[in-house]
Parts: sequence; structure tokens; C-alpha cells
Amino acid sequence: MTHTPIAGLRATQMTYAALDGAEQIAVTDLLRAEDIVKTFGPVTALNGVSLRLRRGEILGILGDNGAGKSTLMKILTGYQPQTSGKLYIDGAETVLRSVDHARALGIECVYQDLALANSLSVYHNIFLNREILYPGFHILNNRAMRREAIRCLEEIGVYIPSVDAEVGALSGGQRQAIAIARAVHARARILLLDEPLAAMGAREAALIIDLILRLKAEGNMSIIMIMHNYAQTLDIADRIMLMQRGQVTYESDARSTSVPELMTIVRREYQHFQLHKESA
Amino acid sequence: MARTLNTMLKWRELSVIVVAVVLAVYFQIANANFLLSNASLQNLSQFIAPVALIACGEVVLMIGGEIDLSAGMVYALTPFLMYFLTRAGLPAPLAIVGALAGAAAVGAVNGMVTVLLQVPSFVTTLGMLFLLNGLTLTLSGGTPVGVDAGPTLAFIMGRGGYAEFVWAALIVLVMHFMLRNTRWGLHTIAAGANPTGASEAGIRTRELKMVNFVISGALAGLTGILEAFRISSIDPTAGGTHIMFLAVAAAVIGGTPLAGGSGTIAGAMIGAMVLGILNDGFTLIGINAFTFDLILGGAILVAMLCNILISRYRRRMAVS
Ligand SMILES: Nc1ncnc2c1ncn2[C@@H]1O[C@H](COP(=O)(O)OP(=O)(O)O)[C@@H](O)[C@H]1O
Ligand SMILES: [Mg+2]
Repeated sequence: MTHTPIAGLRATQMTYAALDGAEQIAVTDLLRAEDIVKTFGPVTALNGVSLRLRRGEILGILGDNGAGKSTLMKILTGYQPQTSGKLYIDGAETVLRSVDHARALGIECVYQDLALANSLSVYHNIFLNREILYPGFHILNNRAMRREAIRCLEEIGVYIPSVDAEVGALSGGQRQAIAIARAVHARARILLLDEPLAAMGAREAALIIDLILRLKAEGNMSIIMIMHNYAQTLDIADRIMLMQRGQVTYESDARSTSVPELMTIVRREYQHFQLHKESA
Repeated sequence: MARTLNTMLKWRELSVIVVAVVLAVYFQIANANFLLSNASLQNLSQFIAPVALIACGEVVLMIGGEIDLSAGMVYALTPFLMYFLTRAGLPAPLAIVGALAGAAAVGAVNGMVTVLLQVPSFVTTLGMLFLLNGLTLTLSGGTPVGVDAGPTLAFIMGRGGYAEFVWAALIVLVMHFMLRNTRWGLHTIAAGANPTGASEAGIRTRELKMVNFVISGALAGLTGILEAFRISSIDPTAGGTHIMFLAVAAAVIGGTPLAGGSGTIAGAMIGAMVLGILNDGFTLIGINAFTFDLILGGAILVAMLCNILISRYRRRMAVS
């Protein structure tokens, strides 16, 4: 089966409408972004991106380097404001003022660079900017943070030799797990993962996938994950979205598409783009 | 054995302590007056105190990959601010507070230019160094002035033999505790180790950095005032680049890497002690100033190398 990317996009949108009805969408969409544009001076990183995240699902975002995936994540976390476009959380239009604001709304992100401080301990990293303090003085309650960190890592089934270890000394998978633990511990409702499997061995990747699927199974979390590997994404995600040059070029149920189909779309889009460039 | 090694690695200050003790013992053997005479000890404490105080500010900045080259000039300017405020009729304690506010303001300017205009602090504070030096020389007309304050205040502010050292010790203790056990300290280290990551975690890294420049300025100013009281005179050529570089050297010897990401205040204090012991020890033995600088340079190089090697080793130990 082949269809043009744009037709594919329309088809999914129509499916939503047919399945849920307009009001239903407002209820089930935990997060909705509409026509997000983001420019950095002359660079247009996002050129009208819309997405919806439904309760309890995993949305996989695929796309080449520079497609704007990380930029989109950083808008959804309040790290940077969009140039234009709207965000809806629980159906209500929301302007995210800061990372803390997004966190208060239950949005947590594991950034591509993991946002870990190498020279700090595992438990300090898990509690970074959300430290447990003795009342009044901004003094760290290290004992409580240690205890909580151990409990949290146990709860999500991650083994780290010691929570006192400096994070810089740990492996890629362990670091990823710590970054995820930080988000989970914050009781995230919406978890954003930016390339959680990048730079990771097969065994470590399997552990992280396992962790993500367990978080989903617990049912309190909706997840957007940016991925590189098509097959892995189709395995884990409920829905997938393809981003190219700052736009969503394809969107589909994970079950109703395949790796070859995605490859075809990517290639066609690319050729289309080349043609445009030549004729322009 | 492995345990001892681990403890040693955990307390990175320990290796510097060993160096300090070894040096002290050596000079004690070479010259019996070194530690056991009160005059000599007091001398030593008066070398260590200003270096340690300024180093506190430098460590905090160096953790964030920044440096304050103007600290020694803030040190020279601040007592003059105090002097002029007293002349304008302010009581001495208020004049001190006002002068410290001035020193903090210099830090704020350093911080704002560095952070908001994204100028490397090396450049910002280098400019500030020359600017303040010119300002101090102009304001003072190049001549020293006296300090006028009541005897009690003067005693507390540095006239007393060990007063400055007590100040330094107290501030080092407080700053060391704060760096390790407060939100500010944790965020300073996090922002130094991973600036982007820290701000992604919601830490206001820019504000944090500006605050730290203010701290450095205020500490340098306080040091200048303490020194002025100690020698009962305000000298426009006091402090300067020499004291600033000694402070940076103390920080580096103590285990704070210039590249940032980590650092220790207690280490800087011990670093200052090492410098003090070298300085006084060689003076007592009768080595001249040229040789001292030669040895100091060597010591800094060795300390930096040790730093790099030790942190590499720690990484490897922690993984296994
Ligand atoms: N802070 C920024 N300043 C300037 N350009 C940026 C910035 N962040 C991202 N970009 C640009 O936006 C585009 C998309 O980047 P990004 O979102 O990181 O892509 P992806 O994560 O899909 O690889 C790239 O061209 C990148 O150079
Ligand atoms: Mg990216």
C-alpha cells in the first residue's frame, strides 16, 4: 500500500474524528500542540507542527537530524517559548512560562543530553532542582534524598551499584536510567524522552525499553519518545509521527505501518524536497 | 588498603593536607623557629588569611568555569571607599558596610557583563582590573591614607594579631558548608558541570552566576578592609594582581580545576596554607624571592597535574 504523506496525515486525522467525535478528543488528548512555529533568527526549526498525545499512549517521533524534534520537546517542557502556535494541556490552552511551570503541570523531560551533572552523586542528580530541604534554610537533607533515590531506583527496577557514585563514572544506560528515574520520581503524567536509546549497547537499550514499557503498563503515564531506529519504534510505540525539516510529514498507528513503508515515505519526501530546491 | 585509598580519593583535600604537613615538618626541622614561635605563626596566619578569603570567591566562580581577575583591585579599592564614606561623616561600621556594598556592586557589574553580554569573564574582569586600578590611583592621588576607627572595631576588623585569620577561618567554614550542603552550592556545581543540562533541569544558571560574581567581589572587598585595619593604613598599591594570582593558585593547588565542574573551599584554604608555608619557610631559611616564585610555579604545575591524574583515577575506581 502506498499513499502520499499528506494524504496519510489527513487519513489519520479523519480516523480520530470518526472514532472519537470532536468532544471526545478534547477529553482523551492529554496534550495537544497546534501549528507550532519556532525560529532561531534566520533558522526555522519548526514550521507549523501539530501533535496530540492521548492518555496512556506512547507516541514515537522519528526524523532525521535537524528535523526539529529536540526543539519541539524543549517547547513542550517550557524550556523555550514557541514563536507562534498553541499548546493545550488537558484540553485547556496553556502558555508554559518555565521548566518549573511545566513540571508543576506534570510534564517531565529526559533531554537528549540527559541534563546530568557528572561531578554530582546519583541521588543529587535525581533530585536536581527539586531537592529535599530542611525546613527554612535551603539546606540539603542528603539523608532523605539518598533514601528516596534508592527507593525510587528500586521501584522502577533499575540497579545502580551505589547512589553515592558520581554520575560521570556510570555507563550510558545507567545514566539514562537515572535521568528517567528523575522524571518518574517527579510523578510525571507526560514523559518526554529525547532519543533515550542513543549511544547505547543492545543490552542496555533492552533494559531501557523494558523500563519504558513498564511505566506505560502502570497506566499513569503518557509518553512521547524521539527515536532513531524505525523497527524499535514500531515495536514500542502506539502511534508514530515522522518529522522532516520542521514539519510533520506522516502520522500513523504503529500497527498499520511498516519499516519499508516509512522508508519509502522518507525517500519520496526527500526527493520531493530536492526537486523543489532545484526548481526554486 | 583499598579502603584507605577510597577515603583518600573521596576527600580530595587529603592529598593537599599531606603536602602541607610534609612541608611544615620539613621547615620545622630546617628552622626550629618556624611553627613554634608565636611571631612566626602569626606571620603565617597573616599570609594565609587574605589568600584564603579571596580564594573562596574564586573557587565558586571557577566551578562555573569563570574567574575574577579583578579581585585584587577590588581589594585595593574597597578600603578607599570606606575611607571616603567615613570622611563624608558616616560612622565607621556603616562606612564598612557601604564599602562592601561597593565591592559587591563591582562584582555585580562583572557578572552582568559576563552573563548578559556573554563576554568571557577572563576579558570582563581583566578590563575591570585595569579600570579599578586606575580608579583607586586617581581617587587616592597615589598616596596611602590612615584608618580611623575605634580601637575595638579596629581590633575585630583585623588589628588583632589573629583577627583576620579568624575571619578567614569562619568564612571558609561557612562557605565550605554552603557549597556542599545548600541548594545554592548544589546548583553552582551542577551549573558548572553541565550548564545546558542544569538549565534544562530548571536551574536559573544565569542569575546563579551573577550572584557568584557578587560574592567574589564582596569577599575581595572584605579582605581589603581587613588588611587595611591590620596594617593601619590604606595603600593604593596593596593587593593587586599578586594576591589575586595567589588566590587562584591556592584554589588550583587545593583541587579546584580551572576548567570548572567541581571545586572545594576547604581545599583552597589548605592550598593557601601550602603557599604560606612555602613563603614563610623559604624566607626563614633565607631563600630569595626569585627562587620562591620558581618553586611556587613548580608547585602549581605539579598540583594541577596531580589534580588531573587523581580525577581520572577516581573515575576509573568508581566504575569498577
Ligand atoms: N538554540 C538554537 N539556536 C539556533 N538554532 C537552533 C537552536 N536549537 C536548534 N536549532 C536549529 O534548529 C534545527 C532543529 O534542531 P533540533 O531540534 O535539535 O533537531 P533534531 O533534534 O530533530 O535533530 C537545527 O537546524 C538546529 O540547528
Ligand atoms: Mg535532537
